[in-house]
Amino acid sequence: MRMTLESEYSPDADRIMAVSLGPQHPGAGHFRIRLWLDGDYVVKALPDAGYVHRGEEKMGEYRNYTQNVPHLERPVILDSSNILFAYSLGVDELMNSKVPPRAQYLRVIMSEINRIISHMYFIAIQGLFLGHTTMITWCMGDRDFWIDLGERIAGARVTFAYIIPGGVRNDIPEFAIEKGLKTCDWFEKRMGEYEKIFYDNPMVHQRSDGVGVLSRDDAIAFGATGTVARASGLALDVRKDEPYSSYSDFEFKTPVLTQGDSWARAYVALLDMRESVKIIRQALKGLPQGPVRLKLGPQPRVPAGEVYSRTEAARGEMSYHIVSDGSPRPYRLKIGVPSAKNLRALPHLLKNVHIADIPVIYWSLNYWPVEADR
Amino acid sequence: MDRAKAIADKITSKHPGTKLEWVKPRRLKVSAPASMIKDVALFARDSLGFDHISTVSGVDWIAKNALEVVYFVGSTVPGQEGFVLALSERVPRDNPVVSTLIGVWRGAEYHERETHEMFGLNFQGHPDQSHLFLPEDWNDLPPLRKDYVSPGR
Repeated sequence: MRMTLESEYSPDADRIMAVSLGPQHPGAGHFRIRLWLDGDYVVKALPDAGYVHRGEEKMGEYRNYTQNVPHLERPVILDSSNILFAYSLGVDELMNSKVPPRAQYLRVIMSEINRIISHMYFIAIQGLFLGHTTMITWCMGDRDFWIDLGERIAGARVTFAYIIPGGVRNDIPEFAIEKGLKTCDWFEKRMGEYEKIFYDNPMVHQRSDGVGVLSRDDAIAFGATGTVARASGLALDVRKDEPYSSYSDFEFKTPVLTQGDSWARAYVALLDMRESVKIIRQALKGLPQGPVRLKLGPQPRVPAGEVYSRTEAARGEMSYHIVSDGSPRPYRLKIGVPSAKNLRALPHLLKNVHIADIPVIYWSLNYWPVEADR
Repeated sequence: MDRAKAIADKITSKHPGTKLEWVKPRRLKVSAPASMIKDVALFARDSLGFDHISTVSGVDWIAKNALEVVYFVGSTVPGQEGFVLALSERVPRDNPVVSTLIGVWRGAEYHERETHEMFGLNFQGHPDQSHLFLPEDWNDLPPLRKDYVSPGR
């Protein structure tokens, strides 16, 4: 007989076994899930984060607005442009800067490239957890073409530090536009192949259909965001809801699915990437001429004020609460990361599931421990 | 800006103890006394559509001897998704007791837990205020308070 959490569960019962998943488990990342098991079933799960907490917010108070750029992207290096995007928007708003149109387009291009880089990692590991080796080899390989493109634009391969207050760090070289358009064409075909070999695969459907279903109401109540929210029927997309940085110039859709299960959460990532490719192509073709950054100097003067800026990062809504007292350094710098916003759904989804479903559900949340811990 | 102002007016007229701190395009910040904050939160959720918790932040106003907690709440109501309500309250630094708003926004649970460990704010009624990101044996001041100095600084 299987026990349920509400009626019969008692942590002292002899048959309940407490187990730690992680933090050294190769699948869990720098993260532990405390599990209470009844045979093959999970009766209770509690996430234990914090193994990679670095005090990014405290560090932010010791550095000025320019010095904060490189360390703020460390929490999520595979989505490094998007975590800086919201910061830059916040500082721009505090300083009342008008970012040049070319810089706005370049910010969008880099942000969408980073979204693809991050989603490719996400679906590669989702394939790995489902025993689908082709997916991890293909996606990890193909991801490199986007990293190459990022390198052509920003000069670095992972931590781009490209989007900075006042614009972007440097202009895009002419040949990178050509390469970007080619990469878009090639990748669109490639995504059709992922769909055939992975998303339409009966084995993948069997292992992830109906596994870890998050209802729309729960997604709202838990404050779920990004791919998790959109797989549960919530049409939330900051790019549409408050079109920052010229996003209103581009034609794209917000993909929304209603199943709310692990399959849908992985599939939304693919649909996201299709839209990203569309945006990158439009932005590369319509790139306006002009300067790419404002001259702010090494120690910008930021007037006193308070701001809550947000962008749509790969994992969802990335937000910054910045309080400035007029000094060269932020008085308070709160990073509201999407991984931390989606974390509350994890213990809910892991209730009464098989042990074998834990990695599938856990990874389908697109949770990045370093980002959540900051 | 006008629409954010209209939302703010609804809150301040319904709950006269609240104060509009600032209003910007798609953003508004309202502060409430600790005794009223739950009622204001319920009103914002049920009548104004702010049902989607974004994050919870804290600010240490050491010169004013106050700790501030700010709830940033978004909306899933069509047409209002771009708006964020910042709902704040201030409590004295030496007795930082606030009541939890998990009953209003369930997703605030881990955000409040983080604010508790980082600022030493005590959320009355919170089911679990153990450390989330800090080590279990952290035995110093809450690190985001202004009088905590990072090692080596």
